[in-house]
Amino acid sequence: MTSFPWAPGFIDGDRPKIVTSRFQYEDSHTLERYLATGGYEGLRSVLARSPHDMHEEVRSSTLLGRGGAGFPAGVKWGLTPDGVFPRYLVVNGDESEPGTYKDRLLMERDPHQLIEGCLIACYAAGLSRCFLYIRGEMALAQERVAQALNDAYAAGFIGKNILGSSFSIDIVLHWGAGAYVVGEETALIESLEGNRGMPRLKPPYFPAAIGLYGQPTIVNNVETLSNLPFIATNGAAEYTAIGTESSPGTRMVAVSGHVRRPGVYEIINGTTTFRDLLYGEEFCQGIRDDNELKAFVPGGGSAPWFLPDQLDLPFEGRLVGAAGSMLGSGAIMVMDSTTDIPAAALTLTKFYAHESCGKCVPCREGGTWLMRILDRVVEGTGTTDDLDLLLEVGGSICPGDMPHAASADLQLEATPFPYKMTTICFVGPSAYVPVHSALTLFRSEFEARVAPSRTRSRIPVTAVGAGS
Amino acid sequence: MARLTDENVTLAKEIIDRYPRAKSALIPLLHIAQEQDGWVTDEAMRQIAELIGVTPAEVLGTGTFYEMFKFEPVGKYLINVCGTMSCALLGADDLMHAAEEELGIHEGGTTDDGMFTLHRAECQAACTEAPCLQVNYRYRFRTTPVEVRQLISDLRNGRLDDEIPPHGTLARVRQHIPADKGVGAVDPSQVTSPPEWITASAEGGAS
Amino acid sequence: MSEQSVEITVNGKTISAEPGEMVIAAAERAGEFIPRFCYHPRMSSVGMCRQCLVEIDTGRGPMLQPSCMVPVSPGMTVDTESDTTKQAQEGILELLLANHPLDCPVCDKGGECPLQDQAFSHGPGESRYIEEKRHYEKPIDISSLIMLDRERCVLCDRCTRFADEVAGDPLIHFVERGNATQVMTYPDEPFSSHFSGNTAQICPVGALTAKPYRFKARPWDLEQANSTCTSCSVGCEISVHSSRDRVLRYQGIDNDDVNWGWLCDRGRFNFESIHAEGRVTEPLIKTADGHQATSWNAAMSITTELLNESLASAGASSVGVIGGARGTNEDAWAWAQLCAALGIERHDPQLGDGLPAALLGMPRATIREMASAATVVLLAPDLKEELPVLYLRLRDAVVNGSTRIIEFTSTGSGLTRHAWRSIRHGAGDVGSTISATFADADVQAQLSSGPVVVVAGRGNLATSADVEFAALQQLMTAVDGATVLPALRRGNVVGALQAGLAPTSAASDTTSTLTAAANGQIEVLVLLGSDPLADFPDRDLAAAALNGAGRVVSITGHMNASTVDADVVLPAAVMSEKTGSTTNLEGRVAPIAKKVNTPGVARADWMIAVELADRLGHDLGVSSVEGISEQLTSVGAGVGSVWSVPFESSAVEVNVAPKGGYDVDLIVSRVMYDGGVATASSPSLAGLANGRSVAVNPAVLEQLGIDSGEMIRLVSEHGSAELPVCPDDRLDRGTVWAAFGQPGRESGFGDVRSLISSSAPVSRIRIERVS
Repeated sequence: MTSFPWAPGFIDGDRPKIVTSRFQYEDSHTLERYLATGGYEGLRSVLARSPHDMHEEVRSSTLLGRGGAGFPAGVKWGLTPDGVFPRYLVVNGDESEPGTYKDRLLMERDPHQLIEGCLIACYAAGLSRCFLYIRGEMALAQERVAQALNDAYAAGFIGKNILGSSFSIDIVLHWGAGAYVVGEETALIESLEGNRGMPRLKPPYFPAAIGLYGQPTIVNNVETLSNLPFIATNGAAEYTAIGTESSPGTRMVAVSGHVRRPGVYEIINGTTTFRDLLYGEEFCQGIRDDNELKAFVPGGGSAPWFLPDQLDLPFEGRLVGAAGSMLGSGAIMVMDSTTDIPAAALTLTKFYAHESCGKCVPCREGGTWLMRILDRVVEGTGTTDDLDLLLEVGGSICPGDMPHAASADLQLEATPFPYKMTTICFVGPSAYVPVHSALTLFRSEFEARVAPSRTRSRIPVTAVGAGS
Repeated sequence: MARLTDENVTLAKEIIDRYPRAKSALIPLLHIAQEQDGWVTDEAMRQIAELIGVTPAEVLGTGTFYEMFKFEPVGKYLINVCGTMSCALLGADDLMHAAEEELGIHEGGTTDDGMFTLHRAECQAACTEAPCLQVNYRYRFRTTPVEVRQLISDLRNGRLDDEIPPHGTLARVRQHIPADKGVGAVDPSQVTSPPEWITASAEGGAS
Repeated sequence: MSEQSVEITVNGKTISAEPGEMVIAAAERAGEFIPRFCYHPRMSSVGMCRQCLVEIDTGRGPMLQPSCMVPVSPGMTVDTESDTTKQAQEGILELLLANHPLDCPVCDKGGECPLQDQAFSHGPGESRYIEEKRHYEKPIDISSLIMLDRERCVLCDRCTRFADEVAGDPLIHFVERGNATQVMTYPDEPFSSHFSGNTAQICPVGALTAKPYRFKARPWDLEQANSTCTSCSVGCEISVHSSRDRVLRYQGIDNDDVNWGWLCDRGRFNFESIHAEGRVTEPLIKTADGHQATSWNAAMSITTELLNESLASAGASSVGVIGGARGTNEDAWAWAQLCAALGIERHDPQLGDGLPAALLGMPRATIREMASAATVVLLAPDLKEELPVLYLRLRDAVVNGSTRIIEFTSTGSGLTRHAWRSIRHGAGDVGSTISATFADADVQAQLSSGPVVVVAGRGNLATSADVEFAALQQLMTAVDGATVLPALRRGNVVGALQAGLAPTSAASDTTSTLTAAANGQIEVLVLLGSDPLADFPDRDLAAAALNGAGRVVSITGHMNASTVDADVVLPAAVMSEKTGSTTNLEGRVAPIAKKVNTPGVARADWMIAVELADRLGHDLGVSSVEGISEQLTSVGAGVGSVWSVPFESSAVEVNVAPKGGYDVDLIVSRVMYDGGVATASSPSLAGLANGRSVAVNPAVLEQLGIDSGEMIRLVSEHGSAELPVCPDDRLDRGTVWAAFGQPGRESGFGDVRSLISSSAPVSRIRIERVS
């Protein structure tokens, strides 16, 4: 038995489990089950320690953020300026990166684990109010977390003087309303302030210094926080015993697309390779219909694409970065030999163009323009000039070298991550990344689609009334 | 109905009180308005503006940023067919065509009887269960065109009334912070000192 | 440059920058212009257009950074011309132009358009965008004054940021998202900000245009001159733009001491009145058949004769001069000299609607001092309505600085939401309210925490100046070291008072002169650009005075209520038609530029005074405006100086009787748009006046069974008026408020001024149902 009808998508396995240990129970979301399986024990033990002590425990666990950037949580908590209060915790449950889902499962299946994680973080980092921001489209997750919060308040785990201590905190449930960009932490804060979810500039708006209401604010991802009860209960040493030194613990990874057994897996961090994931018996069991693997996206829709050449890389941030992509939010999308590559790139570019917040010009104008050029290429009305134009328009979003994977067939060396960008956040570049990857790795498929170059009408800008 | 009912105004005020600054309640209040009427009316936006002390233009500005808020009537059932990568790779177009045919409308349209609105949606965070769709944000995983037709027929005949509330209702469980348990929200300008347990720990532990 | 200045390198040049200064500003001062659209030095940086990206190296290698968001740091190296910078800047310009319509030939911005100019200087030179551009209905009205063309908009957030951050009226906002983002108002809720015109000025493209200027001129055909707005006494620096002898617009100029580039809409758009039909273009003499045009010579002969006769027969006290606060310093100086030469003591530039000139004898503050004070005490009318740009400066001091406001008001004001304490008082009890407020320990602590500036003006026109001035004296005694910023209203009221037109005593002020005229003791009443029938709070007294005066001589630019029946009307030049200087509320002397010729044979006021003096046998010693300016400079009133003259002040005693049968306080104050001539003869503004009505607490109306919009009758000891009512929950139950000087007589509405008597310290009324 490796999957459960009450947790569609999740596939269990005989591996160490940190955050999915209760998924095997149908009632894993209830307070009763949570308490019966060691729930809130971590909180109890934490309250007996000093906040500083607990913070150090998390720091030594090297728990990496699971939202995409992979920054150590314990370090992040320490970035708040001394003596500035109040400080807030904002929980990023606005999961919407294409290919990604694990926060939704953690909220639906084990909301108390997340709540306990929030409490531990607030206690350790001196955060005096917690806002739990759940993506608007996730109705079930909202219901489960609301119920769990109500039960935890009633049981005295949240609120005034928790478990008789001086620790008092409210956790406020907040729903979004449909905007991918709000997953970016400064946009999330804007949204939580009741504004349009448009990212702020860093600097100066690093949330840890100037966040919600201008106060120091820690933004942590749902999966990140869900690890804390384990660390609190079992200690950092037991946590770091799993995974590698630079990437300890486990990670939840969603593998979707053209594989035999797509699913969300909790894997050992840093050691599991892409080949394990795509072909391993305990994971995806190979490509569907015995087809060949053509390409895969290793870290959510924003990540540059990989080829079969990269299959033996482990699921580890630095190595993947050096190979020309990123791990992002833990999502692999697999394309087999039947895939129409330009069309696949178009679905992603469309996504990011649609989700542009409109704040920066390169993303607002460039994303849509890329989409329209690519659209005519896919429709078969483009020209070879359009292929160059795609790269040039992309260059206005990401000037300079773009990261890409190595290819033995194409005799191509890898260009490491990251890219330069003219935008504030990653949405703009993300519209270009799939175009660039697809064009770099599969140019012939594009060339087969377009007509030879014709003379494009070039409209001189400066001819019209510019001088005076 | 356009303005919020008395009951919803009470609920709105309870929600506003949870935030250190009232404007933070803007999105939750728009959800309440949409739950009440199925879409967000001009009158409701004006009332929300009054409740949180901003201009109606600010409410509109925030509201229209977010996909889920509808500023004109939509069907009782909003069918969102996911069209992003994994779903696209595994047949999202077929689902859309089946739905279009069954409903007699194009993507973006609403049926004449006001029962259904059909949209292509962006990634719904269920990529391993592709192709998928949501009806009023309730999932249907690994769906086939046949199942889509059956789903529409079930919705038409009210067979899913228990499972799927009308458009506007998201979570049917709301957070409620009991008055005697809640810590309460304070405007950040009124706070300068560390929280009590941090001060207490300096003097030797929280409990 | 201050001692802690920061050295940075820009394109190989070492330059000094202020600590905290943004790279874009430091580079510009050093002559390196970095292109930009969203950046505006008077608003917070948002870094969203990305046009100002340059490569900045702070020791970790060059990185593309928005120079509007990065403060200078020691040793920083900035390259505004590197290949990467150029690639980014050209790319972004191409993207900005992608959806921008190529309608430059018919765009009002064409020729002064930052998008056009920077496409020329920093753009790629061609576009590869062959797709269909975005289309919107164009242009649309977003207010009575402003139109929006969303196709031209580059979404720089300047207008929306201005509305929110600077004006505090977030009535325009981004709506929708991504490529569909637009600037928009709420449906049926226009951008009716008092400051909306600024958005058209700061728009970096032709998306926002001001209706009074649309399709009037091409920028390169405009002649410009720096001048000063005299719509109120703030003294905003402006550039007057004209073409073919017509003023076509005013643009704000960034004056660090005063207006920071902003203007209010009344000041920006009332230039239309210069070319209004109601201008007096030639001298007029009243005959049995009405006014007849005549020559200057004939009109001046008659005026001279009138003055000679009355001075000889009834003495100098039989001549009164009212007005002079609408002219230049030079006008006021010449008239003051004329009065002095003739021994005329009855002169007053105010119309019973200000405060005694002794206000100017108190220790004075500048706008800058107000904006950096720890505490600003408001004992003044609603600044947002009367001195709008002063409101902006004070709002900024509170929102972005650390200034705190203690406001004394009967009705609330535009600053109430920003006030640390907003204290309500009734008519006549402001003194006791101040005492009670200052007894509070927190207030005392606040007052002693740093400099205190009192912004003082006439809060309520239905309460006497004495009552309000006594409160100010009390306040100044109570707060050690406080200084005063006078919030008097008319453009050059401070200049006129200081130039010598201040009444020599209370016995020679406008109220006294009008009373004397009503009693038949005035032979010649000179209205120097004034309209007592419209402006004097006690309308019945003003009417009786004009009837009772022997002769009325009106020197005016426009026909007005007090002029239609005047015996002699002399056509006067208005602002932008004459050269000189003006003095703002701080005492700051600023230039007035002549940009167009007067209509007909109108002349500047000073010229009339000099000629009258000459005809009456006195030599004022000047024959040109430059001559007067020299005289003024010699007394410290040269352009650029902050000018003050001493005024004696004696303690004012007031006695306010307790409430009797009339138990509701009447509060009357001005709003931005009224029936005044500058607004009424500017077609774009005339329709914006609210019209007459009276605001009453809704609970009172409910009690009386009166609905919004119904007529009610207000009755005082002195008269009554019937007006439509509007509920206003900012008022308490014992107070009603009405706007002063609103048009509406033609609709049969009463005038709230019939309730006011200049002999009563406060105006108390009762409310009755009509029928």
